Amino acid sequence: MDPVQISLLGVPGRAVLWALAIAAFGVFGWRIYQLVGLLRQGRFENRFDRLGWRVGHFLRNVLLQPRIFNERSIGLPHFLIFWGFVLYAGCFNWGLIRGLLPFVPIPYPDEVPVVRLFLELFAVLVLAGLGVALARRLFFPPKYLHLSFDANLILFLIAVLMLSNLFGSAFTQVAEGSPATGWAPFGSLLAAALSGVSKGAAHSLAIAMWWLHMIVVLGFLVYLPYSKHLHLLASPFNVFFNNPELPADLTLPGAPAEISAGASRWQELTWKQLFGGFSCAECGRCDRSCPAAAAGFPLQPQQIIQKVKQHLLATTIDQPRSAAGSPAPSLIGDVFTEGEIWACTTCMACMNCCAVWNEQVPLIVTLRRHLVSQGQVERTVQDMLANLTRYGNSFGKSDRMRAKWVQSGGLKIKDARKEPVEYLWFVGDYASFDPRLEEITRKTARVFQAASLDFGLLFEGERNAGNDVRRVGEEGLFELLRDRNLQTLAKARFQKIVTTDPHTYNTLKHEYRVDGRPLEVVHYTELLDQLIRDGRLPLKPRSNGPVTYHDPCYLGRYNRIYDPPRRVLAALGLELREMPRHRDTSYCCGAGGGRIWMEDTADVKERPAENRIREAAALEGVRTFVVACPKDIAMFRDAVKTTGQEGRIAVQDIAELVWDAVENAMTPAKGATA
Amino acid sequence: MANPILVLAEHLRGSLTEVTFEMLGAARALAQSTGAPVQALLVGSGVEPLAAQLGAADSVLLVDRPDLANPSSEQVSLAAEQAAGKTGAGLIFVAGTNVSTGIGTLLAARAKLPLVNFCREIKVADGRPTFVSQLFGGKVFAEVRMAGDRGVVSLYPGAFRAEAGRADKAAPVERCDLQAPPAKVRFRRFVEPETGDVDITRQDVLVAVGRGIQSQDNLALAEELAQVLKGAVCASRPVIDQGWLPLSRQVGKSGMSVKPRLYIALGISGAPEHWEGMQSSRLIIAFNTDPKAPIFDGSQYGVCGDLLDYVPALTEKLKARSS
Amino acid sequence: MNIVVLLKMVPDTVEELNVGADGRSLDAEFLRYKLGDPDEHAIEQALLLKEKHGGTVTLVALDAPEVDDVLFTALAKGADRAIKLTGAESPPGTPVLAQAVAACVRGVWNPLPADTLILCGSYAIDDLEGELAPWLATAFEIPLAMVVAGVQIEDGGRKAVVTREFFGGLRGEFELDLPAILGIQSAEKPPRYVPIAKVRAAMKSARIDSQAAELPEPPAGLELGRMAKPEAAGHAQMLEGDPDKVADQIIEVLAQQSLI
Ligand SMILES: Cc1cc2nc3c(=O)[nH]c(=O)nc-3n(C[C@H](O)[C@H](O)[C@H](O)COP(=O)(O)OP(=O)(O)OC[C@H]3O[C@@H](n4cnc5c(N)ncnc54)[C@H](O)[C@@H]3O)c2cc1C
Ligand code: SF4
Ligand code: SF4
Repeated sequence: MDPVQISLLGVPGRAVLWALAIAAFGVFGWRIYQLVGLLRQGRFENRFDRLGWRVGHFLRNVLLQPRIFNERSIGLPHFLIFWGFVLYAGCFNWGLIRGLLPFVPIPYPDEVPVVRLFLELFAVLVLAGLGVALARRLFFPPKYLHLSFDANLILFLIAVLMLSNLFGSAFTQVAEGSPATGWAPFGSLLAAALSGVSKGAAHSLAIAMWWLHMIVVLGFLVYLPYSKHLHLLASPFNVFFNNPELPADLTLPGAPAEISAGASRWQELTWKQLFGGFSCAECGRCDRSCPAAAAGFPLQPQQIIQKVKQHLLATTIDQPRSAAGSPAPSLIGDVFTEGEIWACTTCMACMNCCAVWNEQVPLIVTLRRHLVSQGQVERTVQDMLANLTRYGNSFGKSDRMRAKWVQSGGLKIKDARKEPVEYLWFVGDYASFDPRLEEITRKTARVFQAASLDFGLLFEGERNAGNDVRRVGEEGLFELLRDRNLQTLAKARFQKIVTTDPHTYNTLKHEYRVDGRPLEVVHYTELLDQLIRDGRLPLKPRSNGPVTYHDPCYLGRYNRIYDPPRRVLAALGLELREMPRHRDTSYCCGAGGGRIWMEDTADVKERPAENRIREAAALEGVRTFVVACPKDIAMFRDAVKTTGQEGRIAVQDIAELVWDAVENAMTPAKGATA
Repeated sequence: MANPILVLAEHLRGSLTEVTFEMLGAARALAQSTGAPVQALLVGSGVEPLAAQLGAADSVLLVDRPDLANPSSEQVSLAAEQAAGKTGAGLIFVAGTNVSTGIGTLLAARAKLPLVNFCREIKVADGRPTFVSQLFGGKVFAEVRMAGDRGVVSLYPGAFRAEAGRADKAAPVERCDLQAPPAKVRFRRFVEPETGDVDITRQDVLVAVGRGIQSQDNLALAEELAQVLKGAVCASRPVIDQGWLPLSRQVGKSGMSVKPRLYIALGISGAPEHWEGMQSSRLIIAFNTDPKAPIFDGSQYGVCGDLLDYVPALTEKLKARSS
Repeated sequence: MNIVVLLKMVPDTVEELNVGADGRSLDAEFLRYKLGDPDEHAIEQALLLKEKHGGTVTLVALDAPEVDDVLFTALAKGADRAIKLTGAESPPGTPVLAQAVAACVRGVWNPLPADTLILCGSYAIDDLEGELAPWLATAFEIPLAMVVAGVQIEDGGRKAVVTREFFGGLRGEFELDLPAILGIQSAEKPPRYVPIAKVRAAMKSARIDSQAAELPEPPAGLELGRMAKPEAAGHAQMLEGDPDKVADQIIEVLAQQSLI
């Protein structure tokens, strides 16, 4: 049976199919041509390198979709729908070729038993999935799902596709009078139910089902690139063109002056930044993970992505006639508010969970760069930037005070600019200048000394590494700080860099280059872990917990260092009770991306750090909240106060705990000291 | 007997300002060791009644003319130059306040007199005064002398005691005239402080409350203290977070930076984020139950104790004093 | 408008200030210079006026360490021309500075154009011998206003109406005929931020005119004696006793500082 060999109102079926196909592909192709044309107006960014990695990345994340499974209820259904889509799309094209080009010596896909089996299996699975989705929408609609007409229409059409396949299979069986077969289990069942239909009618109905199927798919093809389902087409490319260095390394490709000034019009975004919106599935994962959104700030990472797309289309190919000639809205002000651009902590939670690998943080930083280039920066941030420019630290202290903690603690530490050391300790601003942290910094030094570590400092030669500066959008100042540091580093002799600050760690590791090569940088948790494993630290724990541990964004999600701190805690004999959000779902303290410098606003419902402390306080028996980041001490000690958890939970740096055990081991007679 | 000391009385909106009495006090103290007479110079329109308060001077020179209402710095300096010329004054004291800044320098520039600015203290040795000047925002003090007996001294407001410049008696008043061209700078009007919530960055006195205040009810203690000191209440972040005061009253890193003349910290621990906003205050007095609270490390005066006990007593005494 | 901003570098008090071996000057070892806060505001006010009324902003500064950075930053913000007066070995006192600046200004404009407004910081932390603005007002015989916190231009550029700060939020409005000189306390808006990239661009594209300063002999009237650092504040002086006694001590302190 060849469904094309019929005559529709006197026109040969094949000709009708040709006409429909040309029309549908024409409309589809025109739209794609327009969209690509828009992308080409964006700035160029090379995402065509490292093809091997890209293919692997694509295979893993498009074909297996591990990130889809991070939300359990939708994981499997989406996975099935995706593969059903791939199968059906493949078979559609196959059938179309067969129908259009009779001389091609292939059967129709459903004439191949295995294919037919899979088509039926998926049809039923998809229908079941749709049933679940329908029930969910009707009876337990999740808050964040809005039931758009668009979405309902699509679900309905998918159902039509599946049903037309199953009924087509059944009617074919009835028409051909063929026996029930395991290759078409559901078709056979249906056929049995439809056995009352005459052969002739069944034949016509089977053909009708084929045409219905093809027409719906062709309609889909037309509809797809005009709807949110564009993501079906775009997202595989989005994954393929992902840049794995982002957002840890925000180095601008080429970095000519106009790029460092960010974007004020969509044409100043890169093609990849424009493309992100086409790929977004509006799944809301990023919004749900965003600490700024949860705190009540006017930021939703999904909107950051979506607004680019809406603005792009609405001012170009989808511009209503009436709006032609009116001045284009400006990217900042009309499209994005300053509030949303500044609210981001660059915690990377959104990028870490986006199943289509969208890149929100670089986009936000690009917009910030524009604001900074116009001097539109709030007062407190201006002060910090001015301090950093003049003194090289955000505290506005003289650089000569940077190593005050060394002298005032009576410590002797090598100057790495004067004598060679194995480890250069890049201390960072908070650990150097914040009076609350001085003692912790000294304890860290004592731990290093107890392990006979050969280490030294840059003393007043050190400058802020520039992590926050770059993320606030002050690219020029970042370069200034980096260049100064690199000059100083060039004079020092060392093998590796160690730092306690994850922000500094990230930037030194990913954004600094010496002769084109990255520096070798370790975080102190890694170093402590190593020293303990090498048996270089005598440990005699004083307590056994239980404690909980907070994964800093820039250590965890950015650099995937999850186990070394946990091994250190285990070596200290501390029982670790994890918070519900840990490792890569850890919750930001709210300090990153320059947020720690910004003014409080009235929008805040609950600061991220407070939310986090409440999470920890809810853990049975946990009285110690362990951190591995100097800024976390400031953020969480404050949050402990403001949530009224004083005396209930204490924030401690992991180095303090290590020093406790080391000191205990080194003073055998007395045991505990005050 | 040394040349007279001429004190340029400062007044605004019909009253003498505090610094006038500080200058008179300083002049009296100096006169005591040099034997110089103290003369006050009062320049303005309809200011004659104020002369009665200048009894700490030996005599008052009055330049009272209708065109001298809210006079420009230039007119006042001209008046001072002519008065000094007439009485043979040696030292001329002017106030280093917002109201008077510029007068002393104009006078020195025009009359080619030496000038000492930011004077906080006057010492006398061998009958000659040495002026101690506060430089670089108080980081360094410099001792300066004048080569001759004539010169202008600009006194730092708040550096001398006003008590010493008040007297119950009145001094004889002598009217003078002024030879002056028409004013180049003309007064238009006063601009009142904006109403609405207080702008804490413009206050001279701030009473700051922290978590040690414990409850919203206790805020009244701070309000009352601020009222007698003619200042306003501000707070650390936790107090603002409680919603007890608006965000515009928050002092610190994520709030306002303030530099009042007096900052009274009630139950504030002195976290770095708070310090950042108030470290430039001229005088800090802290109340805290914790003797180790970091706020004490940077304050000039500290009271270790419960603010609920200490603040009411202070407010009462201040009230009693002003009434 | 012809807007001239006179800038003065002052020691940065963030760095440790030590008295030198001679006991009469600052130890140069840790000394760094920066622009005083009021001068920053003077630049901002000049730029605001230029944006509103057009014209040019000319900067005049005496040479000092880091002055180039300051001038390029101001050029990047929108100033049009920068003149640096060289030749002073150490920072001169206000009378000498005033004469050097006045000579420079006269060298460029003689007489001053009618729409000239000269701005400078209302005070500087090292103004031992008085503020700059009144000296210049005397030298040019033009009207002066100090502690200015707002400037309007009226009568098509013939008149400036300024707001002066008094105290406790009270301000007064004065009018001056141009040309005039203003000591700026604060600009109508906080000084703007200029990104480093723009400063770097200005360093490439803009130029600082260097001129030898005409430095007269300092007047002989003052003898600078000893300089010293105040005793370190360190820890608060603790007031002891029952609430009444403590209150008395505090009142004593407040009275001493004329706060009550
Ligand atoms: C990014 C960031 C930004 C911040 N920004 C700001 C900011 O702008 N402004 C700000 O203030 N804070 C800010 N903080 C918070 C800051 O770290 C401190 O937590 C906060 O300043 C503490 O406020 P406090 O001194 O009132 O409270 P606490 O630190 O709890 O101090 C209360 C004090 O009161 C004393 N006390 C208790 N009872 C009495 C009593 N009866 N009598 C006398 N004393 C008593 C206690 O001994 C204690 O010293 C910020 C924190 C972070 C992390
Ligand atoms: S990086 Fe963090 S704060 Fe920023 S948008 Fe993403 S989730 Fe929100
Ligand atoms: S950006 Fe990614 S995570 Fe966010 S809604 Fe779109 S697809 Fe989902």
